[in-house]
Amino acid sequence: MTAYRPGIEAEACAVIADAAARGTPLCIAGGGTKAEIGRPAQGEATLSAAGLDGITLYEPAELVIAARAGTPLAEIERTLAEKNQRLPFEPPDHRALLGSAGEPTIGAVAAANLSGPRRIQAGAVRDSLIGVRLVNGRGEVVRSGGRVMKNVTGLDLVKLMAGSWGTLGLITEVTFKVLPEAERVATLLLPGLDDARAIEALCAAVASPFEVTGAAHLPVALGQEARTLIRIEGFSFSVDYRLGELRRLLRRFGAAEVLEGAVADALWCAVRDAMPLAEPRDKVLWRISTAPKRGPALALSIAQRLEARWFYDWSGGLVWLATEPSGDAGAAVVRAAVKQAGGHATLIRAPAEVRAAVEVFEPLPEPLMRVTRDIKAAFDPARIFNPGRMYAGI
Amino acid sequence: MTIAFPTPDATILARREDILRGLSRLVAPEALIVSEDERRAFETDGLTAYRKLPLAVVLPSTTEEVAAVMRFCHENRVKVVPRGAGTSLAGGAIAQEDAIILCIAKMNRVLAVDFENRTARVEAGITNLAISQAVAHEGFFYAPDPSSQLACTIAGNIAMNSGGAHCLKYGVTTNNLLGVTLVMNDGTVVEIGGEHLDSPGYDLLGLICGSEGQLGVVTEAVVRILRAAEGARPALMGFETVEDAGACVAAIIGAGIIPVAIEYMDRPAINICEAFAHAGYPLDVEAMLIIEVEGSDAECEDMLRRIVEIAKPYRPKTLKVSQSEAESAAIWKGRKSAFGATGRISDYICMDGTIPTGQLPYVLKRIDEIVTAKGLRVANVFHAGDGNLHPLILFDINKPGEMEKAERAGEEILKLCVEVGGCLTGEHGVGIEKRDLMRCQFTEAELQQQMRVRAVFDPGWLLNPAKVFPLEGRVAA
Ligand SMILES: Cc1cc2nc3c(=O)[nH]c(=O)nc-3n(C[C@H](O)[C@H](O)[C@H](O)COP(=O)(O)OP(=O)(O)OC[C@H]3O[C@@H](n4cnc5c(N)ncnc54)[C@H](O)[C@@H]3O)c2cc1C
Repeated sequence: MTAYRPGIEAEACAVIADAAARGTPLCIAGGGTKAEIGRPAQGEATLSAAGLDGITLYEPAELVIAARAGTPLAEIERTLAEKNQRLPFEPPDHRALLGSAGEPTIGAVAAANLSGPRRIQAGAVRDSLIGVRLVNGRGEVVRSGGRVMKNVTGLDLVKLMAGSWGTLGLITEVTFKVLPEAERVATLLLPGLDDARAIEALCAAVASPFEVTGAAHLPVALGQEARTLIRIEGFSFSVDYRLGELRRLLRRFGAAEVLEGAVADALWCAVRDAMPLAEPRDKVLWRISTAPKRGPALALSIAQRLEARWFYDWSGGLVWLATEPSGDAGAAVVRAAVKQAGGHATLIRAPAEVRAAVEVFEPLPEPLMRVTRDIKAAFDPARIFNPGRMYAGI
Repeated sequence: MTIAFPTPDATILARREDILRGLSRLVAPEALIVSEDERRAFETDGLTAYRKLPLAVVLPSTTEEVAAVMRFCHENRVKVVPRGAGTSLAGGAIAQEDAIILCIAKMNRVLAVDFENRTARVEAGITNLAISQAVAHEGFFYAPDPSSQLACTIAGNIAMNSGGAHCLKYGVTTNNLLGVTLVMNDGTVVEIGGEHLDSPGYDLLGLICGSEGQLGVVTEAVVRILRAAEGARPALMGFETVEDAGACVAAIIGAGIIPVAIEYMDRPAINICEAFAHAGYPLDVEAMLIIEVEGSDAECEDMLRRIVEIAKPYRPKTLKVSQSEAESAAIWKGRKSAFGATGRISDYICMDGTIPTGQLPYVLKRIDEIVTAKGLRVANVFHAGDGNLHPLILFDINKPGEMEKAERAGEEILKLCVEVGGCLTGEHGVGIEKRDLMRCQFTEAELQQQMRVRAVFDPGWLLNPAKVFPLEGRVAA
């Protein structure tokens, strides 16, 4: 298979225009660390953004950073850390989960729109992504958004690119809004709660005025005592105050322990990366978004029909669920439960045969599928970008 | 009067009676407005210099009625301009003789509130403020707070992706919207999003938000409601130079502090607002900042102390930390009445470009030069934390040619915003007002890409058709 790795955008335009003319389907890649997410792509050549490298703008006082799509995420995070800043949405690193190697790139962070625990307070990737440059399926450069935080000029194509998994165009540059790093982080740990009580506690904390930036629950079935985690961040003075208030507020859920430093950081990284379910490796993994209070009932209804283990992030609104790869990998049961509760499910980890046989992304009702097909055609009329990776025919 | 309208479609005008008869079968008699007198109330929006009578106005009460009207208009090739409260400053809700206005303002109920999940489902004609009022008894609020929040609808907010004074911390509409019920051009009703986060497939919710009524009619919305902070406190600082004020904002943010609001006013704006609101603003400074922080009393105090410390090197001439609810209200009253107070002393147009905040001193100087060269005056009030400018260009409508001069100055200012790395509009939308400037910000390929996406929803250009995209060079499907 031919592998293109353009070093400049113009070269990417030429590769794409040529592929469009010949009808050659392209697998779009960054560092390749998420190559195993999605339906198996049907490309005849690979087009990697990894050669489009480098931070192009960083203005700490304006809270904005821009970089070419192939810039390693690690380089972005390092650069921001030097100025005590960070990406607000806490991008997960799923390499360990997926058993993939390589360097995640910032363009793929945008294209996947996967956000970590801070999603509930600071928004998703798409909320921080304020500008993109892309090459569409005609080989044309298209910019949308920009480097300013408030911008309503024209249709918001930035949002379409976030979470498009390389099916609409090759992202060549992204611009993100960033936030200051917190002076201090502290986590309240409530031990021993069952799912329903735990989610009740998390929702009470999130609905308080105390600005919770992480709310997760690791049930007892994961092999340790159940742990319910509530994170707050900010200036030290304020963190102390809010810790006290939250403890009082949550008294009815038992005595809380305060975690700080490396232990707590490691816990939140594990939650972010879905590590509690990384093993055993042969299990498939579903990532389910629903209304927080409906999380426990949803997990339970799946568990009545499937052998499953799970944990919660996003105050109960994000359910990570592991089950057997056999049959349809639980798709029918999971989809039915999600339909009942409202939300959507993505099969994040599964063998290629499974991903070829069952829908990986939530199936859409026909009117929205029609819109999806037409949007694809509006960007990529020759259907060369990652054909079939999100949905058959897209 | 420099903005052109397309020539109305003569075949539609000729079929007016037919069309009215068809519409009358779809909605209750009182929901169809046909008389010239009553249509007058809908001939303009917040861009009052432009007026066009619509063919008719329909005021539906249900999503089903909206769907029926849309289907009918689709089949009969009648143009539709969706409308909420008509406060758009970009002319986004102005229709024409061959178009009906579909106004959803009567659909204004709260359908469900879920405090634990932090969501509210509302009919889209509800006003922005009414959402906050409906959840206030539990200490919650809906965060984006445009100054027009008493009047403007959530539908209009969604269409314009409206912002407000507090969006530095809480984001704009798109960051607080979880779902919509959308009636598509042919009357198909779809649910996009819901009570959960993020979208399966493409982010259609993000695309609908800010699409200015061109992709469908929003009839319901699910919005994120937030628990309000325990308290909030503003401080007011006056500076001798624009540079000092700008550098102070940069220093605060650089120190890792994100206040919930940083509002900026220049000398003319301070004078206008102080005369109107008696807010206690300093009259001897060139620039003033209102900086608000949130939290418990002690947290606010701690944060304001840090901010005051950071501000010192920029030698604030006035420094007033609010000591009471009443003082806080007074500080905000001046700012929130800026447009109204300006309107009492002069005609004005309000611009809405955004710039990188580092360019503030340069851009303010250039704005002053541009406006002065036209023999006019300008007052600046804006959201300094995010660089969203609102120059108010003052003119006298009774002096022939002045309004055109003001419009031309506005154009030059917006071009300047794009030149320095910003954009034409930060929160008011393109509408008709900035439609013809779109080529300053976008290349032909970029506009074509946007129009191809638009065509997915409305290939026949029937939905709010004269807006956003320059009238020449439009693409169909
Ligand atoms: C004094 C004043 C202060 C303002 N302050 C601010 C501010 O601080 N921040 C800010 O962002 N804006 C501000 N605005 C601008 C304006 O209030 C906003 O753009 C507002 O969101 C418009 O809401 P509306 O209900 O009046 O919508 P309209 O003016 O009725 O319509 C606006 C747009 O929305 C479309 N639309 C309306 N209803 C629907 C629907 N159901 N489905 C699809 N499309 C629809 C219309 O076609 C039009 O394009 C201000 C305006 C005024 C007059």
